[in-house]
Amino acid sequence: MSVDKQTVEQLAELARIAISEETIDEVGKRLGNVLQLVDQLQSVHTEGVAPMAHPLDEVQALRPDEVTEPDRREEFLQLAPQSEQGLYLVPKVID
Amino acid sequence: MEWEVVIGLEVHVQLATQSKLFSGASTQFGAAPNTQACAIDLAMPGTLPVPNEEAFRFAVMFGLAMNAEIGRRSVFERKNYFYPDLPKGYQTTQLAEPIVGPGEIEIHLEDGSSKKVRLHHAHLEEDAGKSLHEDFHGMSGIDLNRAGTPLIEIVSEPDLRSAAEAVAYLKKLHSIVTYLGISDGDMSQGSMRCDANVSVRLKGEQELGTRTEIKNVNSFRFVERAIKVEAERQIDLLEDGGTVIQETRLYDSDKNETRSMRSKEVANDYRYFPCPDLLPVELSADYIEKLRGELPELPDAKSARFASDYGLSAYDADQLTQERATADYFETVAKSSAEPKLAANWVMGELAALLNREELSIGQSPVTAGQLAGLIARIKDNTISSKIAKQVFEAMANGEGDADTVIEQRGLKQVSDTGAIEKMIDEVIANSAKQVENYRNADEAKRPKMMGYFVGQVMKASKGQANPQMINEILKAKLDALL
Repeated sequence: MSVDKQTVEQLAELARIAISEETIDEVGKRLGNVLQLVDQLQSVHTEGVAPMAHPLDEVQALRPDEVTEPDRREEFLQLAPQSEQGLYLVPKVID
Repeated sequence: MEWEVVIGLEVHVQLATQSKLFSGASTQFGAAPNTQACAIDLAMPGTLPVPNEEAFRFAVMFGLAMNAEIGRRSVFERKNYFYPDLPKGYQTTQLAEPIVGPGEIEIHLEDGSSKKVRLHHAHLEEDAGKSLHEDFHGMSGIDLNRAGTPLIEIVSEPDLRSAAEAVAYLKKLHSIVTYLGISDGDMSQGSMRCDANVSVRLKGEQELGTRTEIKNVNSFRFVERAIKVEAERQIDLLEDGGTVIQETRLYDSDKNETRSMRSKEVANDYRYFPCPDLLPVELSADYIEKLRGELPELPDAKSARFASDYGLSAYDADQLTQERATADYFETVAKSSAEPKLAANWVMGELAALLNREELSIGQSPVTAGQLAGLIARIKDNTISSKIAKQVFEAMANGEGDADTVIEQRGLKQVSDTGAIEKMIDEVIANSAKQVENYRNADEAKRPKMMGYFVGQVMKASKGQANPQMINEILKAKLDALL
């Protein structure tokens, strides 16, 4: 079982990954293998079993509503390739 | 052909917490860019989100106010998509197990009728940052201060049938969240934003038509216009034999039209899955019941109480209770003046006009509730007429002090002194020989109407301060004596 070319291209677009033309077949095959594994899992009888939200059988702890984080903008901006007027700059995006 | 418009709304309400949904960064509005975006909000490696308990408390309060089922167990999921104002590459939200389940609210329409609108569910999620597209030499600037701010997304069933109903629903939600104090509800700052799902079908049809989604409309007026113009577009399209395409559209308020947002709508596939960083949140029944006991009086209950306690009409009670601040203001005036009907008239009349003209909220009113009550007391004890009261009100609005000070300083006290009024009347009669003659010669039936001239003259002579009832009595006696 292999995932077809069109689906691979669509997945690549959703994941913002560039996949070269010559690797599409190979990626499709590998994804197919993953799906086969998922199919195997799907065949397990799960009626009456609640879907698991987390592997740990624990409940989330909550934190009080307090401001605890200082302003570290200058440090964080240093990590970005480009910034200006306190803003992170990215290639232009418009819907 | 008669068409029916079908609308469902998704409303995002920003919760009034101090810190973010998953981090201790501040949520205060208007800070310098990126000064409130911490390592968790920026999705730095090695960070772990911890949910804010206040956000849960607010969401539960909302659910209780909507008579909804509360999710004793709720689960966060990742909604995956790429956009630069979403550093993690996913939005942490809820899907299969939201905090608030199905519920219902009643909306009130302008014609006085009411309607129940079903709530599908409401869930907790984080907001994204902001992209700025101007002035960065072909690049976009990203401000992540808003990233991680807690929201509840409130999803209605497609129960609304007109733009007016949609607005009534939004106003009701706005009223509820501000009564609860869980959001400031400030639409100009984006604290309440709305996506509208709109479709049309022939009246009587059971099946829903293909819908479009209008994104991010942020005022009541624009929601109304956007829905109207989108419904018209769909009807025109269908009547011309076309079909509606399911897509996301944007409302352009300048052109008053909607337009398609994405040309190549890659089938949105958000690949939701439970967030491995967050465990399920469980709330105890005791906790929920405790919050139920702490809910404030909500708009519908307050409206019913105002109608019965203060003898107001259902319409007036409804108007006065839409905003909690207005309701509190009215109630203070009504109680301290002991004249609820006058209080209602003044709050909805002169006060509303003043606030509207000055573009102020009731919290910023230049006339306090205590001052208005003082003014009403002077109308009631006949110190001033209602006409003069309007002058006094304007003076109070200009900061000239409370009613008694204004009346004293401007000498506006109503003249109820019989002698003074008689003197003015005598002068008017003496100076109006012709009118007196006409009065004497007129039919008895016409005389009451002719009195108006004399009353007007006396009022003028007293600069509006003579007690009108006394003028009428004395004047009639004096004129009749001349017959």
